[in-house]
Amino acid sequence: MQDLLAQFADWVTYADLGLVQGSPLASSVNFFVYDSIKVTVMLAVIVFLVAIVRSYITPQKVKKWVAGRTEGIGNVLAAILGIPTPFCSCSAVPLFIGFVESGVPLGITFSFLIASPLINEVAAAMLLAMFGWQIATLYIVSGLIIAIIAGIIIGRLHLENEVEEFVYKCKLHDLAEKAMSWRDRLIFAKNESRDITLKVLPYILLGIGIGAVIHGYAPLTSKGMAMGTALAFMMAVIGLSLPEMIILRKVIKIKLLVIFAGILFISFTLTGYLFNAVLG
Amino acid sequence: MVRIEVLGMGCENCRRLMSNVEAAVGQLGIVAEIKKVEDNAAIMERGVMLLPGLIVDGELKVSGRVADVPEIKQILSGGT
Repeated sequence: MQDLLAQFADWVTYADLGLVQGSPLASSVNFFVYDSIKVTVMLAVIVFLVAIVRSYITPQKVKKWVAGRTEGIGNVLAAILGIPTPFCSCSAVPLFIGFVESGVPLGITFSFLIASPLINEVAAAMLLAMFGWQIATLYIVSGLIIAIIAGIIIGRLHLENEVEEFVYKCKLHDLAEKAMSWRDRLIFAKNESRDITLKVLPYILLGIGIGAVIHGYAPLTSKGMAMGTALAFMMAVIGLSLPEMIILRKVIKIKLLVIFAGILFISFTLTGYLFNAVLG
Repeated sequence: MVRIEVLGMGCENCRRLMSNVEAAVGQLGIVAEIKKVEDNAAIMERGVMLLPGLIVDGELKVSGRVADVPEIKQILSGGT
């Protein structure tokens, strides 16, 4: 498969466009053709597979699965289930209320709320395609560890009083979930794959385009140089987003919000240093 | 008359769903009552945890994503 793709990239570069072998331009074009196809295909496949998994996992189910769990197992489970369950930042409030009112411990709720946006399948697919499975795994595993540990710390601090009182009085109506057929799941996954891939495609091409120019004209020997810093930055941007903080303020008091942001900030910084040390 | 409820807390996605619903209703030329549901308790009461949500005649049709205009038109004209 990869050979075929390399042959195609060679064909476009040398036969179709007639570029001189070994020239910087040819090298850039070859890199661009090869990588943009590889990344796009990988992304579409991964988003498709994750969407199939996601069609089985709804927040209602996650809530039931983690409700009776103890610290540790509950946090691990909540963090793992958070990966294929992304939500738009404004859903943080109903998710939070839904979990807490049905008796899910605060720490386990936070493990889910942290893991879900932090570990993103699109980001994982991009890292996999561009830097290999080691970096992608490092990203997922460190995200999981941060979500698990932050959740356990918040759980241990016993901050139940720092949740706004009305949350405990809310009642999530139990909704009968419609069962999906295999056909529904495949259609859902196909649409997700198409929509998400098309949405991020311009950024992929731009990123690879810049990479291709660097590749052809200024070959880099150490592309893993500041990888840790970049990953820490990416995590911080996603995990510490101000809109989500403002939204979460509706359900938790300032003290818990500051603790939550503080734990994440320290975790991201440490992860950045760790990555730089491991990769450097 | 169709009763439509758009559930959201005023974020970007919720606004986009709202305008898609308005466009779909306009294109179909049907009479509909479109209501914005932004209150926490009211959203929880409807059993929705992923926003934005679209409820048509009391039934949850879409949750956790922005449905586009063709899809909403299909929902409103009695499709899936």
